[in-house]
Amino acid sequence: MADARAASEPILSIRDLSVSFRVAGRELNVITNQDLDVGPGEAVGLVGESGSGKTTLALATMGFLGPTGRSRGRILLEGGDLATMSERELRAIRGRRVAMIYQDPMSSLNPLMTIGAQLMEVPIIHAGVGRNAAHELALGILGEVDLPDPGWLMARYPHQLSGGQQQRVVIAMALIARPALLIMDEPTTALDVTVEAGVLNLVKALRQRHGMAILFISHNLRTVAQVCDRVAVMYAGEIVEEGPIRTVFKGPRHPYTIGLFDCLPTVGWRKDTAPLRPIPGQAPPPMERAPACRFSNRCKHAVPELCTRDPIPMRVVEGATKHRVKCARLDDLPSRRRVETDEGPEASEVAGAARLDASQPVLRLRGVDKRYSQERGLFARISRTVTAMRAVDLDVRRSATLAIVGESGSGKSTLARVVCGLALADAGSIELDGAEIGGVGLDRRSAAMKRQLQMVFQNPDSTLNPSHSVGYALERTVRRLENVPREAARERVRHMLEIVRLPADHGGRYPDQLSGGQKQRVAIARSLAGNPEIIIADEPVSALDVSVQAAIINLLNELQDQYATTLIFISHDLSVVRYLADSVAVMYLGRIVEFGPAESVFRPPFHPYTEALLSAVPSLTPDAGSRRIVLDDTPTGSGAPHRGCPFAPRCTRKIGAVCDSEPPPRRDFEEAHYLTCHIPSRDLGGP
Amino acid sequence: MRDPVPSGDEGAMPTGAADAAAPVTGLGVFRHRLRRFCRSVPGAVGLSIIVFWVAAALLAPLIAPFSPTEINLQALANPTPSLTHWLGTDHIGRDVLSRILWGARTVLTVAPIAVVGATLVGTMVGLTTGYFGGWYDLFMMRCADIVLSFPMIILYMIVIVMFGASALNIILVISVTKAPIIARIVRGITLDLREREYVVAAKLRGESALFIMFVEVLPNARGPLIVEMCLRMGFTTVMIGILGFLGIGLPPPHPDWGSMVKDTYGLIFSWPHMALFPCAAISSLVIGFNLMALGLREYRLHG
Repeated sequence: MADARAASEPILSIRDLSVSFRVAGRELNVITNQDLDVGPGEAVGLVGESGSGKTTLALATMGFLGPTGRSRGRILLEGGDLATMSERELRAIRGRRVAMIYQDPMSSLNPLMTIGAQLMEVPIIHAGVGRNAAHELALGILGEVDLPDPGWLMARYPHQLSGGQQQRVVIAMALIARPALLIMDEPTTALDVTVEAGVLNLVKALRQRHGMAILFISHNLRTVAQVCDRVAVMYAGEIVEEGPIRTVFKGPRHPYTIGLFDCLPTVGWRKDTAPLRPIPGQAPPPMERAPACRFSNRCKHAVPELCTRDPIPMRVVEGATKHRVKCARLDDLPSRRRVETDEGPEASEVAGAARLDASQPVLRLRGVDKRYSQERGLFARISRTVTAMRAVDLDVRRSATLAIVGESGSGKSTLARVVCGLALADAGSIELDGAEIGGVGLDRRSAAMKRQLQMVFQNPDSTLNPSHSVGYALERTVRRLENVPREAARERVRHMLEIVRLPADHGGRYPDQLSGGQKQRVAIARSLAGNPEIIIADEPVSALDVSVQAAIINLLNELQDQYATTLIFISHDLSVVRYLADSVAVMYLGRIVEFGPAESVFRPPFHPYTEALLSAVPSLTPDAGSRRIVLDDTPTGSGAPHRGCPFAPRCTRKIGAVCDSEPPPRRDFEEAHYLTCHIPSRDLGGP
Repeated sequence: MRDPVPSGDEGAMPTGAADAAAPVTGLGVFRHRLRRFCRSVPGAVGLSIIVFWVAAALLAPLIAPFSPTEINLQALANPTPSLTHWLGTDHIGRDVLSRILWGARTVLTVAPIAVVGATLVGTMVGLTTGYFGGWYDLFMMRCADIVLSFPMIILYMIVIVMFGASALNIILVISVTKAPIIARIVRGITLDLREREYVVAAKLRGESALFIMFVEVLPNARGPLIVEMCLRMGFTTVMIGILGFLGIGLPPPHPDWGSMVKDTYGLIFSWPHMALFPCAAISSLVIGFNLMALGLREYRLHG
């Protein structure tokens, strides 16, 4: 950065960029006339919901639009115009001057090559470096992305690494050529929250070390707040708000940005006092966008003439030269955002506690074990046993929401399967309303028993059978569970669609005619069909955009209030859990390490694992990530029998050999809050 | 359109335009789908070839200029194509065009029945093995391997020599030998689909295994299954031709494309038309089925 001129000039400068795709003989304008700059050493976040065009923008920057895509306008990378370059010149730039990192690390790694070979390929091909020098470079770069034992890693294949390690390798591969610009497309979305925290820290550290420019694409405002200096919010193919991260996060001005913030459950909010405010309607597809303000049909501040007639320019917010907003009513609308507070329990949490006290356990698990054996091939005698649940005790209170949290592989979904009878427990008892159901598989459960337990699933695309209409799916469920005549079942289906706020004519639709949120509504309607005692929702909102997520959470809460259903909410997203749970069970490698009313679990004393999980949730406030606890990559030891605390190998507060050799004692606190840890209560922050 | 309820997350459908254009009546749906299918060039070509041969087979009694079995010794003086015999006559003076038209009937009855038979057997086996798994799956799949590893022609010869050459035997033997291929495809799809959340939902409401296999899984396998059936039709056409050529197809004097080639290939240097026209008939039908399969695949992917 010796050259002063170079230092001031942006690394990436996008001017008047439009991107279109030819689909079925029609030209679809996905992005229209957009400008964006990324300065040297600057990290710019590009935020928006699915379909807003953020990935398309990145792909256009790399020149990867495919045979049907076309871009107009100028993309200047370090002063060179990509549009005028030949395919050969582009190839020389990709990977060397600009590198891209995708969401799924496995798709960027060649499963047949060792990590070392893949890393060495980059300098050998791009820079013509010799093998030995390339080997040195690769070793160095692996150390730089904080991977332990680079020498050992070099000889491994991608599938032998964990997701977090894979993503680090991908980052290393992007860094090895020392690109001027790094484009990261949802780099942490596929990772567990604890692993995400580590990768975000790494990105921050690398920026400081190399002064590299980053274009960081994410749907998650929280992760953007952690890494970026500047943020651009995209909606329906255009940037609607852009500015320094602190300015925008403190005082967003565009109604869409404000709407996004309002959809996020924030620390201090509870379901009883602060309903989330989803943005009504949904983002228009490229061919149905409004002419002037594209958000106008969903905006409550929209004024017919002003917002819908003439194109609206990007305007600078008064008093903040770098903060620009595309809104016709910028001057009359105040900035408004509900703020994140970090204060003690709200009145509502107390209400939640009352709800817990008043009710009896409807579901009671005692000492439930579940093991899966993995057989290795037909003739191999060796089979490996994986313990998915070990000695799980759990009381689920009637009409309350129990959240089960933990990383992937913690046994949350196994618990749901075992309770529903999809899998049989190996030991222990499960009582539903006093009746033992632990050893009773689904095929041996009576219709009445089946009616009491229903599930809502994670993936909206596979939750409904694409061959069946919504009406058929619901009617079939009603008739199986309630044994009512056809006419009554139809009536009930109409009622159910109404409950989940879907128009009655949606009964005739097929899943491919519904959006993700609508599919999830149908799935919720289906789970309600038999008036179940308990609904188990396994990550019901994780695959949805934030605005849709907020609407679904609200719906679940309303339904629970109305029907007094017990909700078991399985999630890895602690901000959502904090918002709606009455009680929380934290699971780690098949064991419940902490359990209690929500307000006690989210307050000290903490189990060290809970503490790590909580600290890993990125804050919405930029630069607030200083006191994060970062865990080692993966949970280990699910296979081998381990006598001590399961969390000991990753625990940052391990007190000694006792953690490895002795099972941790249970420590009880007030209000039925307990955790299992060797650390004395006092040192955990307890009384 | 906006959701009337404030907490609703969505209103009108993104694909609303496409929906509005879709016709509702049965014939309208068919025409719409046909038009969409014909957007694929290979599909349109394949479909035309098949429609041509189906028409030929159906109309053979009306349009064939001669009886396929009538021997015209006079024509043997000059068997090459002429105004009377458009495609010439064969080595014993039978009209080649008439025999090809009538021969289309043979192929287009035997092949579809055999393929449907194979699909029925294969689907049953595929669904059950994929759904239940375990030892049953292992056993059935090894049986399928054995059938597939057997040289087909030898198998046909054994069966036909033992039980005699008849249309029914050909259909049976083709059904059995093609079933494992269909079974593997259906099994693969079932293995994938049985883990889907909608299948779990069906289990939670207490559906039987039979219901899940046939109502939840099978309808979603129909796309690949139809493509595969179309491909199998092509292979079966070849197979019937081979059987005819080896003289173990339908017994004479049935007009059969394969046996037409067998009877006349010795004369190919003096009168090539006798063997080449039936060969061309076989290839065009096979190509037709394959192009159609290609078109169906495209239709499925972009549909």
